[in-house]
Amino acid sequence: MIQFAVLSGFVLAAFAPLFHQWFGGRASFVLAVFPALLALWFLGQVPAVMQGEVLYLQLDWVPSLGMSLSFMIDGLALLFALLITVIGTFVLIYAGGYLKGHRDLVRFHVVMLAFMVSMLGLVLADGLITLFVFWELTSITSYLLIGFSHADIEARKSARQGLFVTFGGGLALMAGLVLLGTASGSWSLAEITAGGVDLREHDLYLPMLLCLLLAAFTKSAQFPFHFWLPNAMAAPTPVSAYLHSATMVKAGIYLLARLQPSLGGTEAWIGILSVVGAFTMFTGAFLAIRHTNIKKMLAYSTVMALGTLTMLLGIGTEGALITFVTFLLAHSLYKGALFMVAGILDHETGTKDITAMGGLRPLMPVTAIIAVIAALSLAGAPPLFGFIAKELMFEAVLEAQTFGLLILLLAFVSAFLTIAVAAIIALRPFFGERRATPRVAHEAPLSMLLGPACLAALSLLLGVVPVLAGMGVLTAAASAVMGEPVTVSLSLWHGINIPLVMSIVTLGLGYALFRRWDRVRAHLARLNPVVARGPEAGYEAIMHWVTVVSDWQTRILQNGYMRNYILVMVVVLIALIGNSLLLRHPLEIVFEFDVRFHEVIVVAMMVLGALFAAISRSRLSAVVSVGIMGFSIALTFILFSAPDLGITQLLVETLTVILLVLVLFRLPRFASLSTPLERVRDILVAGSLGVLVTLLILTAWGIDQFIPISEYMIENSVPLAHGRNIVNVILVDYRSLDTLGEIFVLALAAIGVIAMLKLRAPIKSAKPSAPEKESGHG
Amino acid sequence: MEPVMAVAIGMLYAAAIFLMLRRSIVKLVIGLMLLSNAANLLIFTSAGMIRGAPPLIPEGLPAPPGAVADPLPQAVVLTAIVIAFGVLAFAVVLIRRAYEIVKADDLDKMKETDT
Repeated sequence: MIQFAVLSGFVLAAFAPLFHQWFGGRASFVLAVFPALLALWFLGQVPAVMQGEVLYLQLDWVPSLGMSLSFMIDGLALLFALLITVIGTFVLIYAGGYLKGHRDLVRFHVVMLAFMVSMLGLVLADGLITLFVFWELTSITSYLLIGFSHADIEARKSARQGLFVTFGGGLALMAGLVLLGTASGSWSLAEITAGGVDLREHDLYLPMLLCLLLAAFTKSAQFPFHFWLPNAMAAPTPVSAYLHSATMVKAGIYLLARLQPSLGGTEAWIGILSVVGAFTMFTGAFLAIRHTNIKKMLAYSTVMALGTLTMLLGIGTEGALITFVTFLLAHSLYKGALFMVAGILDHETGTKDITAMGGLRPLMPVTAIIAVIAALSLAGAPPLFGFIAKELMFEAVLEAQTFGLLILLLAFVSAFLTIAVAAIIALRPFFGERRATPRVAHEAPLSMLLGPACLAALSLLLGVVPVLAGMGVLTAAASAVMGEPVTVSLSLWHGINIPLVMSIVTLGLGYALFRRWDRVRAHLARLNPVVARGPEAGYEAIMHWVTVVSDWQTRILQNGYMRNYILVMVVVLIALIGNSLLLRHPLEIVFEFDVRFHEVIVVAMMVLGALFAAISRSRLSAVVSVGIMGFSIALTFILFSAPDLGITQLLVETLTVILLVLVLFRLPRFASLSTPLERVRDILVAGSLGVLVTLLILTAWGIDQFIPISEYMIENSVPLAHGRNIVNVILVDYRSLDTLGEIFVLALAAIGVIAMLKLRAPIKSAKPSAPEKESGHG
Repeated sequence: MEPVMAVAIGMLYAAAIFLMLRRSIVKLVIGLMLLSNAANLLIFTSAGMIRGAPPLIPEGLPAPPGAVADPLPQAVVLTAIVIAFGVLAFAVVLIRRAYEIVKADDLDKMKETDT
């Protein structure tokens, strides 16, 4: 059962600390065996899926709620699963070198494995609810990984930002999936994509689409939610390489691709996706060249790639969808490699600022080769896989019907900006004049070179022999996105056509921009005020106002005055009871007057006791009045056929009076603290509640909606429970768990009383000093 | 008898709420006692009040010979009485302790979380 194999990763994550005890610093490499094995299994499924088969692995989870753990493995899921497991293996190995000796390496492994499993679950899940659960799990693990360096305030802030944005989208996803499930009448993705109900014609289509798009756009950092992704670079580089370029941020893209056959192709879909995608693409490329921090540059170029993918889904032609899967694969390969190279540079030189590096090639020859290969793929230069993807992208953009010219323009500009970024990343650190870096650079250890080297080599291999990729999983993936079989035949050489010309022009322009980068950046600095007013400022403003409003409403509601709380509660109670009692039903009062003289005396004593307790000015008379009331209640119980109650009430009342006398008399005398006006208000409120309660009892008394269940108890008390006092039988037999709970409550109260009376030494001695207070509030 | 009890319970509720709205912490506790008693009576009364027919089964009979008072509300109220006492004991000790620390019986002076 592959489900259990995948989910066993959670168990593995929980036991990761044990691996550190057993294997010490080599734990990363041992743990990497897990994704490697899964990758092998998924590779084994390629031939079957290539034939157009969809592996459906049925497993019920909560059948009554329609939740299943079923996995659906078609081409799209397989492509993602392979990326997740293969890159995951490399990233774990890489992290073993990058975080070597880090004191939180254990925590890293726990969260990283948990993320890996969540991400796999997300792309493999068939049930909508299961998909949602895994989606949220990836948000949480991403949050924990961005905030990995939790002592750093920036990391914490970025982690929170990522969490808020993606969780906001998660809420939309929930709504969207519920709408999807309702509209299609099925909670299984396999059934929904198989068709049946035409969702595009459904009344709920637009709200459903908007919710799902919002979810996908927040997760995949589309404009205007792109800002969280570059900030997420506060995470350690292995995390950035894995979550924030190759896998998690593509979850939104995955969702869109998964829904393309069922929801795609409408005007709204094409319009929103292509425009938002194209604009995101341009924003990412434009913002990338403004930065000198190598990780931020890569992050913005990831935003660019995510925008491109969204745009391609929007265009939605067969060519565009083939491009989509090709671009997806190409991007994951080169971006994973580039991030790991960036991590090597950071690790070895001690800086992330690309302008501070230079001439590193003689010191790190292998890293330099990997960087150049991966960057060439990013730039889309032949003979790399990225070149094929870019050629196809231009072709697809030329086919675009809606907003064709706008998209073409944005794609063209983004392409040459990206080429400049690629050149900067590959050439600045390694060539040119040698610069002194904070740390003297060395070649990275093998563990850190293995991952990027393999990914770069794959980029090269697939570029030279593209038929491998086309034959492999891409055809199946493109068919899954298209919803019908398509054939992907990739080749390096397409003949002299418009895309080739565009490629050559963009390469030239990009190189020119690279040469003048320092000057261009200085000019772009003038745009800083504009960029500062971007969507992130909107996010900050929202967060600011959320704080202000919650501060304000806390001051209003949690004002610290006990009587205000009680007043609010009582007034609400009066409003609710009054509303249903007086306004919504006709008041039917049953009034049977059957009274004996001695009963009236007892009840009168009860009421007088209560009223006198309320107005008494001395503690003693109040306690005595309460006692009188209590004993009158006991008498009432006895008069009206409840001897057990009467006995209990008598005992409790006696104890209460003793307790009050013992304790209350150590308290100060009654103080009259309220103004006459306040007293009038309180009398009015208390009086209205009293009147309502009276009316409520009179009304309720005349209503017999159900047959009392006590008939059963009366009849079976002797035959079944062998008891003649029915009340006792109920307490210790029928409802014995209630009584157990009651005993528990009493025990708790007793423990509390003892604690408060006996445990006093530490509190008296503890004069709150400043540092203690700090820790107390943390 | 129920109409009389209804009026009495209403008055108990009014007295309880009035006391709980006072600023004196001792009055708050007394209000709490009145409130729990009033609630007990409310449950007891709403089941109907029958004279001289306790829910007991005489020796030798499998069931009570005639109609008896409903035993279920009685069992519920019995539990409630005992729990109310537990809560009261806790509350009384709590306010005594609070008074020792805050040196005030005015609830308005107990609105800060720091002592």
